[in-house]
Amino acid sequence: MPGRNVLLEARGIVKRFGGLAANDHIDLTVRAGEIHALLGENGAGKSTLVKILYGSLQPDAGTVAWAGKQVAIGNPSEARALGIGMVFQHFSLFEGLTVAENIALALPPNAGRRGLAADVRSVSEAYGLPLDPAARVSGLPVGVRQRIEIVRCLLQRPRLIVMDEPTSVLTPQEAERLFETLRRLAGEGCAVLYISHRLEEIRQLCHAATVLRHGRVVGQPDPKTATAAQLARMMVGVDVEGEGGRRARRSRRGGTAAPVRLAVRGLSQSRGTAFGVALDDVSLEVRGGEILGVAGVAGNGQDELFAALSGEVPALDHAAVEIDGRACGRMGPAARRRLGAAFIPEERLGHAAVPEMRLSDNAVLTRHGTDPELVTGGLLRLSRARSLARRIVQRFDVRAPSGDPEARALSGGNLQKFVVGRELDRKPGVLAVSQPSWGVDIGAATEIRRGLAALADGGAAVLAISQDLDEILEISDRIAVISRGRLSPAVPASETTREAIGLLMGGAGD
Amino acid sequence: MTGSEAVILTIVTAATPLLLAALGELVTERSGVLNLGVEGMMIVGAVTGFAGAQLTGSAYLGVLSAVAGGMALSGLFGLLVLRLAANQVASGLALTLLGLGLSGMIGEAFIGQPGLKLERLYIPVLTDLPVVGAILFGQDLLVYVSAALAVCVSRFLFHTRGGLALRAVGNNHASAHMLGVSVIRTRFLAVLFGGACSGLAGGYLSLAYTPQWVEGMTAGRGWIALALVVFASWMPLRAAIGAYLFGGALILQFHAQAEGIPLPPQFLSALPYLATVAALVILSRDRWRARHDSPTCLGQVFVPDR
Amino acid sequence: MQVELRQRSEASRLMVWLSPLLALLLTFIFGTLLFAALGYDPLRALYAYFIKPLTEAWSLEEIVVKATPLALIGVGLALVFRANVWNIGAEGQYTVGAICGSVLPVMLPDLQGPLILPAMLACGVLGGMAWAAIPAFFRIRFGASEILTSLMLVYVAQLLLDWLVRGPWRDPDGYNFPESRLFAADAVIPALAGRMHFGTIFALIAVAALAILLGRTLKGFEFRVIGAAPRAGTFAGFSERRSILAVLAVSGGLAGLAGIAEVAGTIGQLHPSISPGYGFTAIIAAFLGRLNPLGVLCASLLLALTYIGGESAQVSLGVSDKITRVFQGAILIFVLACDVFIRYRLHIHPRRQPACPIHEPAQAKEVP
Repeated sequence: MPGRNVLLEARGIVKRFGGLAANDHIDLTVRAGEIHALLGENGAGKSTLVKILYGSLQPDAGTVAWAGKQVAIGNPSEARALGIGMVFQHFSLFEGLTVAENIALALPPNAGRRGLAADVRSVSEAYGLPLDPAARVSGLPVGVRQRIEIVRCLLQRPRLIVMDEPTSVLTPQEAERLFETLRRLAGEGCAVLYISHRLEEIRQLCHAATVLRHGRVVGQPDPKTATAAQLARMMVGVDVEGEGGRRARRSRRGGTAAPVRLAVRGLSQSRGTAFGVALDDVSLEVRGGEILGVAGVAGNGQDELFAALSGEVPALDHAAVEIDGRACGRMGPAARRRLGAAFIPEERLGHAAVPEMRLSDNAVLTRHGTDPELVTGGLLRLSRARSLARRIVQRFDVRAPSGDPEARALSGGNLQKFVVGRELDRKPGVLAVSQPSWGVDIGAATEIRRGLAALADGGAAVLAISQDLDEILEISDRIAVISRGRLSPAVPASETTREAIGLLMGGAGD
Repeated sequence: MTGSEAVILTIVTAATPLLLAALGELVTERSGVLNLGVEGMMIVGAVTGFAGAQLTGSAYLGVLSAVAGGMALSGLFGLLVLRLAANQVASGLALTLLGLGLSGMIGEAFIGQPGLKLERLYIPVLTDLPVVGAILFGQDLLVYVSAALAVCVSRFLFHTRGGLALRAVGNNHASAHMLGVSVIRTRFLAVLFGGACSGLAGGYLSLAYTPQWVEGMTAGRGWIALALVVFASWMPLRAAIGAYLFGGALILQFHAQAEGIPLPPQFLSALPYLATVAALVILSRDRWRARHDSPTCLGQVFVPDR
Repeated sequence: MQVELRQRSEASRLMVWLSPLLALLLTFIFGTLLFAALGYDPLRALYAYFIKPLTEAWSLEEIVVKATPLALIGVGLALVFRANVWNIGAEGQYTVGAICGSVLPVMLPDLQGPLILPAMLACGVLGGMAWAAIPAFFRIRFGASEILTSLMLVYVAQLLLDWLVRGPWRDPDGYNFPESRLFAADAVIPALAGRMHFGTIFALIAVAALAILLGRTLKGFEFRVIGAAPRAGTFAGFSERRSILAVLAVSGGLAGLAGIAEVAGTIGQLHPSISPGYGFTAIIAAFLGRLNPLGVLCASLLLALTYIGGESAQVSLGVSDKITRVFQGAILIFVLACDVFIRYRLHIHPRRQPACPIHEPAQAKEVP
């Protein structure tokens, strides 16, 4: 809808971090009443641009015009005063505060707290977003948290709403409801800047699009007419083997003849922390040669399931977990690794790797118990650790700034390749991995998925936990869904649909 | 005045410095900063308060200089952990060591001098009331200040926008930054408030509790105040209750000695420290923690990118 | 002008070395100003404080004597701090070590033979370990912060010592002074040369042992991982609880050894002031030495110099010896401040750059 008034116009935005130009002369035009997609891979500069528009980062160069007048947005309060609202993807709610307090923080200081509860109620009713103002955030599920963010944003009567990857935490059905809300807002003249890398969503929802790659604008396609492949090509810069690159479903392998290599039987565990999820009678089997995908919305027991598999939180019942037919429920991670298992957690920094330590030390981290040449008589063999790290770096194409850098100096994708490579290099018989390609660019994600498939093809049992439904559908032979700590029975990937999985993710199986 | 009245009066004087210091640290910790330098700020407050009173001849000006002394030291701490992103635990320890050293140096000239004492209030009729008169209406000014401060801090934290912002910064500094709350400025103010309160607490010791300067006269009270914050699970009114309980424990020890309890005095002197350990152990259990969540960002470094 | 910190992608190797030196330079500048403010000639005072003790044999010996407990405690603290465990009660563990080690020579003064000294040292180590095990147990079992519990136990230990030397252990022939009987000859650590005794050798062994433990062994790796990222440590299969207990036991044991070595080597009896705050000064030594055992050794010598320098300046200029504690505190403050540059780069720009040079920021608030 080019006829509409231009609401926001950014010209030549530049932002550098060290030597890296996160934003390199970006132009962006958003019109009133339009849902505008900001498309790009991880690291393309979307978040940086949005933070600049919201005033939480300052650009090194460039201008921003709002409703035709040039403005400087010094901080988020100034952005809100202009009429720019933001719904964050992560980390923006205060766990220890109530819903009303969370909302009050984003409103202008003079807004009375007394009328707030009534406002919250009226806005949430008007847009079909029910909320309890007195509830504490810490106990609320993800979908409700996003509602808080949206209501908080709407209460400021914004003229532009920025949404950062809003559907990444939602089931397909919840996402559909969100789209309804957004279309209504756009119908009322509000502009929406919609950040995503999910192409189908953008084609369904958006009126205009700006595609970023390596901090630059590479195109402004019309999302209504462009194909997903065209958008993907623009985003990645190379041909992504058509639809097949992302969607090549694995043909079923393993078969019922292959032995069960990883089994969980009737595993129940109470909540580890106050905000954790209890596991409730979880059972699963993974045979050699197959990948079992565990889908689910974040915070439904994935972390607890992974910890129970890795042995970080041992089970009460020794027989609840079996690796290659041997009970290991009460064993710790090192003992389970010695049985031939390997684990890759979701969090790279601070869980899979120690940020301040070098790659060679991080190689020792998970392999000190299984690689006898790394530790002799209690002494570390530093040169052998270094050559192991070098081997992983070379075999898995990890781009490191120097020979043996600290883990935190690597980009997310490269560190993930290192962390995955560290385990694949061992040729484990059983692998449990959580969010294998979370926050990783498409190229690295493809390599990681290929690596997992190759491991399974070699006869290993692979269990992959992921919130990314596309990923689950792409790599899994069988799929189970985790919801509120319960795991649905696994079904062959070829016999299920995205919708069926979505319903289970939403708790329909309970 | 009866014996039990005297006991209660001394409990109040023993509890007041603990309460003042604990309230300051409570606000600091609510903002997400752990300042282990309370002992150091307190002892500097004690010496600057005493020196101020001696040099000006006014106990009240002494109180002001105690506040200034505590704040100066907390400003240094704020600079270290907020501007330079230094480790909070180590910096707090450094502050205590520096404070103990500085106070010894400044106080050397004042050793043995008789000090000025903050006067107790006397309101004709009211103070003379039997039983409650002296306790309710015959204390020195800072006792009332400390009680009022507990109420004010509670009101501020839970019923004002500034308090909400402060708790938000302590709960999730990244989000607070994204919402436009200045994390560093909020924390700096909270640290300064903590320093002012600790200085005041130290001043109370050298101007009201025992009006003289003795090296190391805080005797671990700063650390007990830190424990009180945990004990109070970051709630100001609970800190008041805790301070009076600990004040009671401190005084009990003196009276037990006076009554000729057949225990060595050192054992009685150790009681407040042992009580602190016991309180920490009991209150650190998971069940208690789950109900009263501490400021999530406590002790974490925050460096905003711009 | 606006100054801000920008994170380096990796720790600067240069600053790791430079930062303690920079801190010392700042301490000297601070000292100059402090002496000048107190009305002393700063150059003469600094000379008396930092140089003169290095020119005479007796004061060099005394530096080694004072550095011994600092190094013993300091390397232990370097270990616990690396594991992110905050034992700040080393002074208490030192005191209890001294008490436990003194049980034999005080209660059984007639005991003789070559075994008595090793037995005393073992008792001292065990005493320090036991005292440190208390906060470890409370932390592991109840989650109580070891910072406060270990510190509270310092006061308890000092009161215990005070009670012993004024009560049951008071020297019957000591004219009512609060001190124990003098240790018998077999219960005294032999001298190396002058005032120096064999305790110094223990300190050197401890430094070497912990340097190997931390840098070369899987156990040391385990402690470092647990300290840097506890979750990664658990994932690696290391037990956080066992690590906490182990590092506290080692550091408590070393502090206990320092305590008994000081009493049996330097002092020769128990009295209430067996430490000029070694347990706290060792915290400074640990940080100034970059939590690296060899660094801690150097830092201990330097901090011992501040003790001796304080005395020297008092004798030659009449400067208060209280200034020693000020210097020690200031060194730690400066070290912590300079350490920032290991991980961050200082970025100075003339003014906050306006995003849109044409307009005043204030206009952002006005929307027509």
